[in-house]
Amino acid sequence: MAAEGKTIDALSQFELTHAFGPVGAAVNFTQSNAHMLAAAVVIVAVMAMGIAPRAVVPGRLQAMSEMFYEFLENLVTGQVGHEGKRYFPFVFTLFMFVLFGNVIGLLPYAFTYTSHIAVTFALAALVFIVTTGVALALHGRKFFGYFFPEGAPLWLAPIIVPVEVVSYLSRPISLSVRLFANMVAGHVLLKVFATFVVLLGGLGVVGPVMAVLPLSVNVLLIGFELLVAFLQAYVFAILTSIYLHDAVHLH
Amino acid sequence: MSEQNDFERRLSQARQKQGLEKTPQTTAGGALPGGAWRIGLRAGTEVVSALIAGGGLGWLLDWWLGSFPWLFLVFFVVGGAAGVLNVYRLVNPRSGAR
Repeated sequence: MAAEGKTIDALSQFELTHAFGPVGAAVNFTQSNAHMLAAAVVIVAVMAMGIAPRAVVPGRLQAMSEMFYEFLENLVTGQVGHEGKRYFPFVFTLFMFVLFGNVIGLLPYAFTYTSHIAVTFALAALVFIVTTGVALALHGRKFFGYFFPEGAPLWLAPIIVPVEVVSYLSRPISLSVRLFANMVAGHVLLKVFATFVVLLGGLGVVGPVMAVLPLSVNVLLIGFELLVAFLQAYVFAILTSIYLHDAVHLH
Repeated sequence: MSEQNDFERRLSQARQKQGLEKTPQTTAGGALPGGAWRIGLRAGTEVVSALIAGGGLGWLLDWWLGSFPWLFLVFFVVGGAAGVLNVYRLVNPRSGAR
């Protein structure tokens, strides 16, 4: 754990272990997968229980699910326009999965699956494939004109086209690295300050008094991490909508 | 009477929002959050990821064609240019029908 051997071990929290005992070990089912499953169950439960009453004056759960719905609906239509409504379920699912992964990961003993580049890159690759597929389906071969702006002199094509292609290919990388790096940085910070609390607490008489400082830092950090958890899910959703906008309008 | 007008106004607002009536001007809802640090970090990620994409693409082509350092070097430079382009788009979004 945190302060074993009086060293700061901030990275072991990201190690994968098998969940569900020998059964999980046999099929390589890790605690990361278990948390994804938990997030999916929580999301479905919140939304299903939220819309079940169908009250005119919403209760707490219904107000929450309506808030999520309207927030994402505004985001998608604001970015993509009204053609974007058919992509709303995709963006909504992504947003909820990332948001609940980030938030559930802040609970004690929980694992943050969005802190693994494998997970975030898989999500970003999905976004990349979907947006490219949408652009190809809507525009056909005109999509490749995206890589060469109209009106540019033709002799510049050998420079512009590779740069545009690489810029396009860098989208899933920046999308996944941003989310992954934010989550890792936050959890490492939390762990480092938590270790300070434990180490200082064992330092005789003055130690516990000093330990109040990193503890208060951690209280602030948890609030900040909650903000980052929401903000990163928001950024993931809005960048997905911006890419969808480019795919739909293609200019 | 004023209550009736208020209802009409809100109805037309709601209909505009749902795309049932043409809006006079479209609103770009939900811009990216600002803040100097946030923009700086975003620009950094854009450059680094463009370099990774460029270098990776060049390395893959080299691996395929067996010409190791050359295409990697060329595409690393292209990646740098793409990173600058990404940052330019970040600061200066493409104009168009938004």
